[in-house]
Amino acid sequence: MYAALKNQIHSWLFQLGGPEPGVIVLVQRRVFILPTRHGLVFACVLLLLLAGSINYNLSLGFVLTFLLSAMGINAMIYTFRNLANLRLSGGRARPVFAGESARFVVNVENGSEADRYSIGLTRDKKEAEFVDVLARTTVAVSVGVPAPRRGLLTPGRLTLFTRYPMGLYYAWAYLTLDMHCIVYPRPAPPGLPLPEAASSSGEGAEHGRGQEDFSGLRQYHRGDSPRHIAWKVAARDQGLFTKQFTGRAETELWLDWNVLPPGLSAEDKLSRLARWVLDAYAAGLSFGLRIPGRTVDIGTGEMQREHCLEALALYDIDR
Amino acid sequence: MTDSKQPLHVRHIVWLLISLALVTAPHIERLPWWLVGLVITLATWRAYLGYARLPLPGRWLLLFVVVGATAGVYFNYRTIFGRDAGIALLVVMLALKLLETRVLRDAMLLTFLGYFLVITNFLYSQTIPTALYMLACTWVITATMIGLQHTRYEPPFRVQLRTAGVLLAQCTPLMLVLFLLFPRVSGPLWGLPQDAYSGVTGLSDTMTPGSLSSLILSDAVAFRVRFDSKIPPSKLLYWRGPVMWEFDGRTWTAPRAPYGSTEFTTNSTPVLYEVTLEPHSKRWLFALDIPGTVPPRARPSADFQLLALEPVNTRIRYEMASFLDYNYGISENRLALRRALSLPEGFNPRTIELGRKLRAEHANDRDVVRAALAMFHDEKFFYTLTPPMLLGNNPVDEFLFETRSGFCEHYSSAFAVLMRAAGLPTRIVTGYQGGEINQLGNYLIVRQADAHAWAEVWLRSEGWVRFDPTAAVSPLRVEAGISAAVPRTDPLPLLVRADFKALRQLSLTWDLMANAWNQWVLGYTPERQRLLLSRVGIDDATWHSLALILFCSTLFVVLVLSALMLRQLKTRVRDPARIAYLRFCDKLRRVGLPRHPAEGPEDYARRLEGVRPDLAAAVATITLLYVRLRYSAGGSADALGQLRRQVRQFTA
Repeated sequence: MYAALKNQIHSWLFQLGGPEPGVIVLVQRRVFILPTRHGLVFACVLLLLLAGSINYNLSLGFVLTFLLSAMGINAMIYTFRNLANLRLSGGRARPVFAGESARFVVNVENGSEADRYSIGLTRDKKEAEFVDVLARTTVAVSVGVPAPRRGLLTPGRLTLFTRYPMGLYYAWAYLTLDMHCIVYPRPAPPGLPLPEAASSSGEGAEHGRGQEDFSGLRQYHRGDSPRHIAWKVAARDQGLFTKQFTGRAETELWLDWNVLPPGLSAEDKLSRLARWVLDAYAAGLSFGLRIPGRTVDIGTGEMQREHCLEALALYDIDR
Repeated sequence: MTDSKQPLHVRHIVWLLISLALVTAPHIERLPWWLVGLVITLATWRAYLGYARLPLPGRWLLLFVVVGATAGVYFNYRTIFGRDAGIALLVVMLALKLLETRVLRDAMLLTFLGYFLVITNFLYSQTIPTALYMLACTWVITATMIGLQHTRYEPPFRVQLRTAGVLLAQCTPLMLVLFLLFPRVSGPLWGLPQDAYSGVTGLSDTMTPGSLSSLILSDAVAFRVRFDSKIPPSKLLYWRGPVMWEFDGRTWTAPRAPYGSTEFTTNSTPVLYEVTLEPHSKRWLFALDIPGTVPPRARPSADFQLLALEPVNTRIRYEMASFLDYNYGISENRLALRRALSLPEGFNPRTIELGRKLRAEHANDRDVVRAALAMFHDEKFFYTLTPPMLLGNNPVDEFLFETRSGFCEHYSSAFAVLMRAAGLPTRIVTGYQGGEINQLGNYLIVRQADAHAWAEVWLRSEGWVRFDPTAAVSPLRVEAGISAAVPRTDPLPLLVRADFKALRQLSLTWDLMANAWNQWVLGYTPERQRLLLSRVGIDDATWHSLALILFCSTLFVVLVLSALMLRQLKTRVRDPARIAYLRFCDKLRRVGLPRHPAEGPEDYARRLEGVRPDLAAAVATITLLYVRLRYSAGGSADALGQLRRQVRQFTA
């Protein structure tokens, strides 16, 4: 009962809600401010100074006390101003494997004429990354979010805060940006043999693409590894070509859900498949992926790796 | 949160050290040498540890130093409380805290203590230079504090100083409001330590040969006087202070319970003036002979000293009225007159003999006095600040018949003994005589160097009459001041000497500023606050009304300040084409056709065409001009003018 009430008050006071798409502008209503512990100590120091000034009848003591009190009030405006009217938008988050930490990037845009210093972004109030956003600039700040499970990860409620300039006040704003990060399944430990490649039908092994010997150039396709681009040719402005190699002629390696022992749990299967994808990519093979409900066609290179891992990450998950 | 435990950068340490050193510096001359050495050692050590990135010393060592230093302070001051010992301890603890300062939280605490140290300096001095210096200290401390909040890259200290300067400058209006309107109570709230007001100079309640001449060497200001009308001539400016009755052969003493009466008659008009008295830690308030009114919180003693109810420990101001022409104490009681005749047995026999001789020669009391003064005037007496020492048992005899050179206290003392011996009741009045007129501000400065002693003789039918034997010896002393009276070789403070014209002029200008400062800043008392409020039409300000006024004006200042500061946050549009286009959008918004935030100019135009076909042509022209100006290379000034014109003419 009490907790529910507290939640209600919280969500009314701080206007908490679901993720907001697009740009969040920190209007007055979104920035909250409270004195810090240092601020309270400072207030006590002021009281002490006031008592001393009265007791010893120190006119300059009064001047100092009142100057510092005015500074205490002014610092509140400064701290508030340091956050107000910032424009925030979610950036891209690079996919990570389960068990790693995802980094969400938030772009902080300062369109005003005032420099903003020491603005922190945090999720759990334990770790924070600080940035300075000078006048009329945009700066990216990121926050780490642990990604324990595969799937789509959202950063949840983030807190943008500052204590600048005096450290006497803590101003903050809650951000629930519409961002997500794809979390790949945690790959099984290495050493798992790749499945038998279904030998290509009749075309002969000589066309097999491997990585050992250079055999020629072909037009660049999206997804080809940048390592194999013929940069010298590209530099001569003749277009993008990919170097072809011949080697172990293995084609059409299908990483198939159904090949795996049926006794394994779905997650275990996904994690083995992830390992295979990584191994196949590392070996420079062309491979495809078959999982229930989704098939990724044979392909090669980084794009293929990402497609496959994404398919594994989103297996059985509603986007 | 975590970052109050954030470790400090060595740069922070250095600025902390600098700001604390600046604010401690004025204390150094008052602290024992060993303590200064200890503090400097500790601070240097901390700086070195910071640079070399070495770990800070352990707790036991610091504890040892704490105990040692506390013991040292105790042996030095015989207490660990009170003003001087307290500050000594504070300074040591501050230096030790530096050696314990690892993280942001400690550093913040140190800056707070820095502010606190600023106020301790005001216990010793509240002059304009001190105020300016301490303002600078506050500025540096604030900049240091701002530096601590720079969690990432830290801009050069100059930038922090600028931020701090702007921050403090913006605080000035609010500070003034609080200073003027905050309800003032007169302290103290609790008992002050014994040594709170030590080290101030002034007259004392005893007078021995040599006691005044040490005062004369000081050019410190005793009080300043603003007259309502013309300043009376110097020879009438006798500022009455302690009155001495008892004499032990060498020393005159003011009795604890004075005798006499304060009855006087006059038919002159009073001189009106206002005295601003510097603290002298005694109870006398000085006024011209003789006071016609009694300042608030003071009472007159029986021999017409004005005594404040409490020692004058702060600068005070009081209005006075005095009569320069008077008959005082005609019906003095017999007991008092008998006291004013007593002389110690067996001292100064030759003087007493001379007094009796004078009595025998002259029937009239006044003639006796005149004869004595004539003796001082006609015979070879010298006025000097450096008289020979009077070491014998009969100092008055020694002075009157042998050395014959001395100073107001010698003359008044000898004269009084002579008069008592001649059977005329006499007492000694000390105080100040004359003063320097500051033409710039048209007020009188009375310095310690103007300290003086004279005598009052009781004459039947006239009462107590002032006689100044010094004036008989050296008329210049009372007419032109001390600098004219003493030989050039005598040591007088620089500012009191007459020969440095430019320097004196400078000093008078400075004193004018100091006086204004005293009157309006340091002397802003509850009374003055009430006066100010009544001048703007608020009579009988109560705590309640004052609090309300204070609150409203504070709120007003804060609101204005916030408005000014938050105005900077508006994203300013700089592109003139965009300004024109936004004006166009604004016109449409007013007729209920606002552009959606995500809508581009062309989409907007298309939508408008649908709802308001009548505007389509104008909208299309403006949109086209705007899109060209903004998104294609090399927009011309001509096109901009056209766009502006179109927007101006556009009506929705």
